[in-house]
Amino acid sequence: MKNILEIRKVNKFYGDQIKNQVLFDINLLIEEGSFNAIIGASGSGKSTLLNIIGSLDVPTSGEILIGGRIESHMTSDRLAEIRNEVLGFIFQFHYLLPEFTALENVLIPYQIKHGKITKEAKQRALELLKEVGLEKVENNLASNLSGGEQQRVAIARALINNPKIILADEPTGNLDSKTTNIIYDILRNINKKYNTTFLIITHDENIAKKADRIIEIKDGKIFNDTKKD
Amino acid sequence: MKLSYKIAKRFLKSNKNQTVLIILGISVGIAVQLFISLLITGLQESLINKTIGNNSQISITSFTQDYINKEEININNLYNLDDKIEDITYYLDINSLANISDDNFNLIIRGIDDSYDSIYNLNKHITSGKIKRGNYIILSENYKNKYNLKINDAIKILANDQSTFELKISGFYKYGVKALDDTLSFMNLNDAQNLFDKKNKISSIQIGISNKNIFQADEISKNIDNYLSNNYEIDNWKENNEDLLSGLNGQSISSIIIQIFVVVSVVLGISSVLAISVMQKAKQIGILKAMGIKNKKAASIFLIQGIILGTLGAIIGIILGIILLLLFTTFATNPDNTPIVEITITYISIITAFLVAIISSILASLIPALKSCKLNPIDIIRNN
Repeated sequence: MKNILEIRKVNKFYGDQIKNQVLFDINLLIEEGSFNAIIGASGSGKSTLLNIIGSLDVPTSGEILIGGRIESHMTSDRLAEIRNEVLGFIFQFHYLLPEFTALENVLIPYQIKHGKITKEAKQRALELLKEVGLEKVENNLASNLSGGEQQRVAIARALINNPKIILADEPTGNLDSKTTNIIYDILRNINKKYNTTFLIITHDENIAKKADRIIEIKDGKIFNDTKKD
Repeated sequence: MKLSYKIAKRFLKSNKNQTVLIILGISVGIAVQLFISLLITGLQESLINKTIGNNSQISITSFTQDYINKEEININNLYNLDDKIEDITYYLDINSLANISDDNFNLIIRGIDDSYDSIYNLNKHITSGKIKRGNYIILSENYKNKYNLKINDAIKILANDQSTFELKISGFYKYGVKALDDTLSFMNLNDAQNLFDKKNKISSIQIGISNKNIFQADEISKNIDNYLSNNYEIDNWKENNEDLLSGLNGQSISSIIIQIFVVVSVVLGISSVLAISVMQKAKQIGILKAMGIKNKKAASIFLIQGIILGTLGAIIGIILGIILLLLFTTFATNPDNTPIVEITITYISIITAFLVAIISSILASLIPALKSCKLNPIDIIRNN
């Protein structure tokens, strides 16, 4: 299968005076349409890796290739477009805009891309909300939703622009196990339905086991990389 | 732009107290700016009016003789010399000694024609009677009261050349300026010229300039000087009122300085509130950037907030300012209930106040906007 994402010799240092290396020569190839779990202890560098892939952070050295293009060669505006159109983010802490309703939050990436919300776009947002089981709270302010609901809104938002890759950093990190399972079912469904590539950081072993591939990071290096057949 | 506007609006709404306070802050600033600018303008206009209002701005007299021979100057040509010249009149002044009830006093008999009113507004100040053809004279109310005079009473006049005349009173006037009222009386120019044997003679030509060009009196008087021969002396109000002018200048400058400081404090106020708002909304800006909003668009959110605040502040401020001015003109009055300072609210002052509010709001939001540009989404995401 085609690789959608390539990580070449990525190193990451933090700190100006005392250099602290977080990532060591990471090399990875991610296949299009695959469902990947990234596991590892906290502080192992897995979040940093995900943020670097998502162009939110920059590697100290090395390259990220999305669809064959090198990220570091792009302008900040072009990167913003990639984040908007090619990538979808789901964070542990949801990060919705509290001033907007669930539906409006879902539509924000669409509006960033197109400026205007069409009827079709609104329809699609409603379908996505339905898909994550939130058709009843679409007009509630994000700040009035429960943690699980907020996370599902964030998933619908990550999907609105039909991204090729979804980067999720412990998307169920602070949710109960029942909600966790519901959310993973949703993600897996989307993966199958739209052939969306998933990179998910998780602590949940059950979830990791369900993935196509488990990448374990330890002390900034790839410690284990298991693919299921 | 639509998204930025939507976000800007939501941000402002989500912090209602802060938004209301800053709009009030802008409003008060703009109201004060408008009030001061109109107050000073009104004050200066009324000062100028009181000084030269019932007066001409340029006067022409003969340099060599007591009188000008009117045939020597073509009034029409003078008119066409400069289109800022609005009115021209001329009169003949006869210095005389008047005698009423065995009292003698100096009296200037001024022969005037219809054009006199265009500069001196005499008709407005005539309290009874009117100017009549023949040997009739209009006297000030001061004498009417002092000597118990009535219309058609006669007064004796001893002219400079010792000739005596008897004139009848055809009316009374009151300018309210003692120096004028005590010395001036009026009669028809032709009749005066005939009576005092000053055919075609006039004492001076007076020129009125349109109000908005009043400060160009010196240039216009130079033009007139170039046109006329050296036999004439040309005076303009600016030469005669240098103290007033420097006073007005000082007043204008201090008014502008006050306005500038008011506006600066408004700018600082908006700027600090928006700067705080960038901090408060850092998380949201970070999320938006992670979602792919471009730096310029993120910055425009704060510019739009500035414009919204400025527009609302301007509207409320202008209304407040107008109310303030109305209160001032209603309650700060002279004993006769006329306002101490006549203030006219002009469109230009309102438009200026509006633009000042908008421009200062945009200026104030520049720093927060730049700050939001520099905001890095990773800082928000990493630090939660």
